[in-house]
Amino acid sequence: MAAISRDEVAHLARLARIEMTDAELDHLASEMDLILESVSRVQGVAGADIPPTSHAIAMQNVMRPDVVVPSLTPEEALSGAPAREEDRFKVPQILGEE
Amino acid sequence: MSTPIIHQTAAEMSADLASGSVTAVELANAHYDRIAAVDGDVHAFLHLDREGALAQAASVDASRKAGEKLHPLAGVPLALKDVLTQKGVPTTCGSKMLEGWRPPYDSTVVANLKKAGVVILGKTNMDEFAMGSSTENSAYGPTHNPWDLSRIPGGSGGGSSAALAAFEAPLAIGTDTGGSIRQPAAVTGTVGVKPTYGAVSRYGLVAFSSSLDQAGPCARTVLDTAMLHEVIAGYDAKDSTSINAPVGKMIEAAKKLDVKGMKIGVVKELSGEGYQAGVLTRFNEALDLLVAAGAEIVEVSTPSFEYALAAYYLIAPSETSSNLARFDSMRYGIRIGDDGSRSAEEVMNMTREVGFGKEVKRRIILGTYALSSGYYDAYYGSAQKVRTLIKRDYEAAFAKVDVLVSPTCPTTAFKIGEKSDDPLAMYLNDVATIPVNLAGIGGMSLPCGLAPEDGLPVGFQIMSPALKDELMYHVGGTLEAALQSKWGKPLYASAPELAVK
Repeated sequence: MAAISRDEVAHLARLARIEMTDAELDHLASEMDLILESVSRVQGVAGADIPPTSHAIAMQNVMRPDVVVPSLTPEEALSGAPAREEDRFKVPQILGEE
Repeated sequence: MSTPIIHQTAAEMSADLASGSVTAVELANAHYDRIAAVDGDVHAFLHLDREGALAQAASVDASRKAGEKLHPLAGVPLALKDVLTQKGVPTTCGSKMLEGWRPPYDSTVVANLKKAGVVILGKTNMDEFAMGSSTENSAYGPTHNPWDLSRIPGGSGGGSSAALAAFEAPLAIGTDTGGSIRQPAAVTGTVGVKPTYGAVSRYGLVAFSSSLDQAGPCARTVLDTAMLHEVIAGYDAKDSTSINAPVGKMIEAAKKLDVKGMKIGVVKELSGEGYQAGVLTRFNEALDLLVAAGAEIVEVSTPSFEYALAAYYLIAPSETSSNLARFDSMRYGIRIGDDGSRSAEEVMNMTREVGFGKEVKRRIILGTYALSSGYYDAYYGSAQKVRTLIKRDYEAAFAKVDVLVSPTCPTTAFKIGEKSDDPLAMYLNDVATIPVNLAGIGGMSLPCGLAPEDGLPVGFQIMSPALKDELMYHVGGTLEAALQSKWGKPLYASAPELAVK
């Protein structure tokens, strides 16, 4: 049985905000199946007593003095904006019409 | 006949600059001439910043003339992987998503290079967002291996490795998340180092997998790599994972040329089955040279490495799915479909469909799956535990030996197109490099010869404990000297001549 269905892949694509064609979904679903089968080898390797590692070189609560330093000017910060209005990023509508 | 200047090492160029027999502007121009002559075939560069580089070179020359004390690498040219920001210079990460983007700030690596007076020639090609082992995943077309133009130069940093092998630059910067510095170095007969995680700042390095990404130095010799390492490494308050400790003496280590009394561990799990015969031949010959130089070789077993590849292909995609969420078409990068009728979410979906290539989408979807509720413990959680086991395997091994060694990759460079439709076969290229990233330790690849069956370069990997990066240079420098005295010349001098336009 497939580990992951085409519908699940379509759902994941929606969650990841990537539009996908039917052909892309078909292809990706079959690839994902193979990849998941391969990576599922990690399951059950480590016992319950083994702690997870998120960062190899452990550090906690890295602090620095709260000092004001120069940062980007509005012009610099907006220099890559696909669209702008005055000193703001201009974006497509976020809320519905109603 | 004297060696053409572009064939010199960075150390030699540094000496010539200091003595005044060449200027930084002449050196930059010599490399731009070389790029114009061969890069049509190699395609190492995505962008050349000729104006900026020549201005930088002229300023170094002026400072030298004025008698100012300069860094030894001041005026030496460098190729920069296109994943690091350089103010005002296009930074694409090999993706359509960032086509035309000019960052408003310098990465810390670039700031350090500029401070030392290193001349940045341009930005090099790479697999999109550093995901790949062949540079075929670049949205701007593949890079070709200077040893055989029909073959891959490795990846993701194939542009940087090819630029070195093609004498388009003596120094380059790469980044290594699962082998993207070391594997390209191996297949192009060049040297590349992934420093200890946190040794080089990630500020301005466009994130792929934050807990694994590390920038590092690349060159044609161990000493040049060490010189560049000392320029880019160091604590940076702008990166919260930056290590606040003094940078080791890499240059000094590269010059030791003596491994008497050192214990070198051969990783049992990273050789043998699945490795090309000629790769193992050259690897074993290199071990003999280290023994002759006084090192003791012992076999070390690291049983959890068997699961490293699987753990990596869960951890890296998981972090990818989160990191690449920033490419939402709102603040920078391309925007598709914003015709006034569509919502922000629709525009975002359309932009990410067009902006990301196949491999990036594959990894985002895989990561989204591995992190989703109901699957998190089984996939991401299990992978993180395997990461702990791999770290412990290294700790146990380093209790017995000074450094560990293995072939850098299972095979020499493969043909462009050979593996592009088989992601699992492609992922296997990184089987020997990935454990280093998962444990956050240092890894170097240096050339140890040409495989007898195909005449292509073979990489020798040296792994050192965290924060002991100088040990890689110590052993690497010694091995390189032994190999070159055996060959009578460096490996890169055997590279075939490229057709010159």
